[in-house]
Amino acid sequence: MRSDGDAPVLLDLENISKQFPGVKALDRVSMTVRAGTVHALMGENGAGKSTLMKCLFGIYARDEGHIYLEGREIRFRSAREALDNGVAMVHQELNQALKRSVMDNIWLGRYPRMGRLPFVSERRMLADTMAVFKELEVHVNPKTIMSTMPVSQRQMVEIAKAVSFHSKVIVFDEPTSSLTETEVEHLFRIIRMLRDRGCGIIYISHKMEEILRISDEVTIMRDGQWVATKPAAELTMNEIIRLMVGREITNRFPPKDSQPSGEPVLEVSGLYARYSRLKDVSFQLRKGEILGVAGLDGSGRTELLENLFGSAARASGVLVKTGRRIHNRSPRESIANGFAMVTEERRATGIMDILSVRENTTISCLRGCRGVGPFLSSRKIASKTDWSIGAMRIKTPRQTTKLRSLSGGNQQKVVFGRWALTQPEIFLLDEPTRGIDVGAKYEIYQLIIQMAREGKSVVMVSSEMPELLGICHRILVMSGGRLAGEVDAGHTTQEEIMTLAAKYA
Amino acid sequence: MVALRNYSRLSTRERWARVGNFLLDHAMVIIILALVVYIQARRPAFLKTASIVNIITLTASRLPMALGIAGAIILTGTDLSAGRAVGLTAFLSAIFLQKVGVIGRFLPNAALPLPATLPLPAVLLAAMAVGGLVGAVNGFCVTKFKLHPFIVTLATQLVIYGLYLSASGAKQISSLDARYTSEFVTRALFKVGTTSVMSYVLFSAIVTAVIWIIWNKTAFGKNMFAVGSNEEAARVSGVNVTMTVICVFMLAGITYGYTGFVEAARLGASTGTLGLNYELDAIAACVIGGVSFIGGIGKVSGVIVGVFLMQVIISGMTFLGISGNQTYIIKGLVILVACAIDMRKYLSKK
Repeated sequence: MRSDGDAPVLLDLENISKQFPGVKALDRVSMTVRAGTVHALMGENGAGKSTLMKCLFGIYARDEGHIYLEGREIRFRSAREALDNGVAMVHQELNQALKRSVMDNIWLGRYPRMGRLPFVSERRMLADTMAVFKELEVHVNPKTIMSTMPVSQRQMVEIAKAVSFHSKVIVFDEPTSSLTETEVEHLFRIIRMLRDRGCGIIYISHKMEEILRISDEVTIMRDGQWVATKPAAELTMNEIIRLMVGREITNRFPPKDSQPSGEPVLEVSGLYARYSRLKDVSFQLRKGEILGVAGLDGSGRTELLENLFGSAARASGVLVKTGRRIHNRSPRESIANGFAMVTEERRATGIMDILSVRENTTISCLRGCRGVGPFLSSRKIASKTDWSIGAMRIKTPRQTTKLRSLSGGNQQKVVFGRWALTQPEIFLLDEPTRGIDVGAKYEIYQLIIQMAREGKSVVMVSSEMPELLGICHRILVMSGGRLAGEVDAGHTTQEEIMTLAAKYA
Repeated sequence: MVALRNYSRLSTRERWARVGNFLLDHAMVIIILALVVYIQARRPAFLKTASIVNIITLTASRLPMALGIAGAIILTGTDLSAGRAVGLTAFLSAIFLQKVGVIGRFLPNAALPLPATLPLPAVLLAAMAVGGLVGAVNGFCVTKFKLHPFIVTLATQLVIYGLYLSASGAKQISSLDARYTSEFVTRALFKVGTTSVMSYVLFSAIVTAVIWIIWNKTAFGKNMFAVGSNEEAARVSGVNVTMTVICVFMLAGITYGYTGFVEAARLGASTGTLGLNYELDAIAACVIGGVSFIGGIGKVSGVIVGVFLMQVIISGMTFLGISGNQTYIIKGLVILVACAIDMRKYLSKK
């Protein structure tokens, strides 16, 4: 880690303000990025990090303030103009032409020509791509179609694209949310290389371990305002959390005060998936237990949950729930058998974002909302929603608020509330805290522990090891589609889990 | 989160933004009201009772079908088979309810093991059943073969038209039984001024009420909106997506059957062009009424307003003496503008 307090200023954001109807999204926020440093930008969801970056890239027009790039005032009107001036961004949600090849994506909008002819030179495109990949040690065939690659590799392509513009300033917006540990190391090598070349890096992330490792300076925002800018070396995790949420959070995890009882609720044996490489998985889940599932991206964690829930097809395997053989051939059947599933991609498969909190909450329990005959009772629907809002501590102005206007944490609580209404016995959670800010994460943990205390059983997949160690009783480790081992969360270490995760990978 | 502030403390800029949003939300209605004012200034007879009743009557004839298609649009789909399904069911209603003993009756009196005079409800139910069958096939193909409704209904529309032509030989079926026409569908219920209100206005009102209940008060209706908003999330939440899609298209088909039954009586005959392009008017009306192609968004009240405004435009054109040929141009432009505004509404508010 370096602290170049005297390195030349590359990018200077000065007193940026941005007003939306009824909301002051940014209130005189300043941030200075020096050449050859990594500057972390932190804050809870809704703190204004993305708005600030959108003002930089001209996606929003700033109301007040100045932005200087190498001393020259700039006002970009589009992301393209920013790129041409050496300011690039690697987005968290990838916007890529999925049906096109890797190199098509990298050179999109600026394809190399055959001399002066209006034809694209595939040869040069390939050579240029190879050059960038070699420099970054990315091992991807430039002719691969994007949609056939895992998200982590697509993320690498996005990073390569930003580098290929020879950018002076590169913004990384939560780049590691879909990367495995090895890939994160790779990304950090790339970031250090860019830094040593004199680039200024803005690094947005929720993961504090990463921030403390990679960054030189940290700027923290809260409620659209600048809170602090400090050298990373002077910060601790608790200090960052305190600055971000504006109050003391002494523990990242609530106390694990429940103990599973001895009796198994679910016994899985010889589970093979039909279309994924999940094979021969057997385990037991006890009543009131929080069972973690660790493993690398692509190790079959998500597939395991999907196979249990019937949203993916099984080839073979036996499920026994409290002594009774069950089949779970479809989500409907699984729900009837007392299962519930919180999916990994909340936006894509979890919520109906243009519908209201009420509709999202009651969609799984409409059968119980009947009034006269087959007709639904508005009163029952409203009261169930009310219960859910209260029990899950959902912060929403009204029941009729559209889900898209809630924060990620509140959206997730709505999903939990939806399932709580169906009174399941077994919760399957896939990355339940992904894209959720620190304060809301704590609340989600509380909800999970609360469910276990009430005697429900939880199977929870997570990429965040501290989270698994923090709230699970027992952890299964997946590797290459197989069960590599099982550890007791109280007596294991991250190293032991990592070793198991690499067993069949 | 940044707190919302109250309206009295808003800056001028924010107030304008709110006014802007209001205008955007109601843009189509505002444009059409402006058009009404213009037509009224040019042709004072436009807003007389007779023409208003006429517009309402036409609205009633097209509303159920538009509500059916709206379901398909809420599922992010569409239904191109509507017009031809109306044509086919109108034909079926007409041949079964042609006057007995008329020269050149399509079904000779002893052709079928059926009584010559069929009860009206039986024919209405048969028309709705045939329409429902068409819809069920559409829905089945959409959900089982994962095809876009545009393709499926483009295909079924051709099949239906082919069936109709083979069965009818493109013959016009007229001389319909008075029990069916002037004594039932087009019977004058009461008079407003000198203009009669026909009974099918009442029938359509009943159909509309039933659809409102289905959309808002049944699990099926809630599921329809959920599937339209996010099919995968609905599936994971335990919604029977296959059944929901099939039922939405079936409900649409039933409204086509109803419309076919009413149209044959209203027009007094079934012809090869009956129903032609009805689906396009209905889709346009849905879009004007705020049923979004984004999926999951739409209200019965919106569709009513949409169909009504569409009829206002059409009769306004007639009042202005604009030829049928040019009416097509105006309709086309209205659809474009309505869709563009609809997109702005949902995209700009990110």
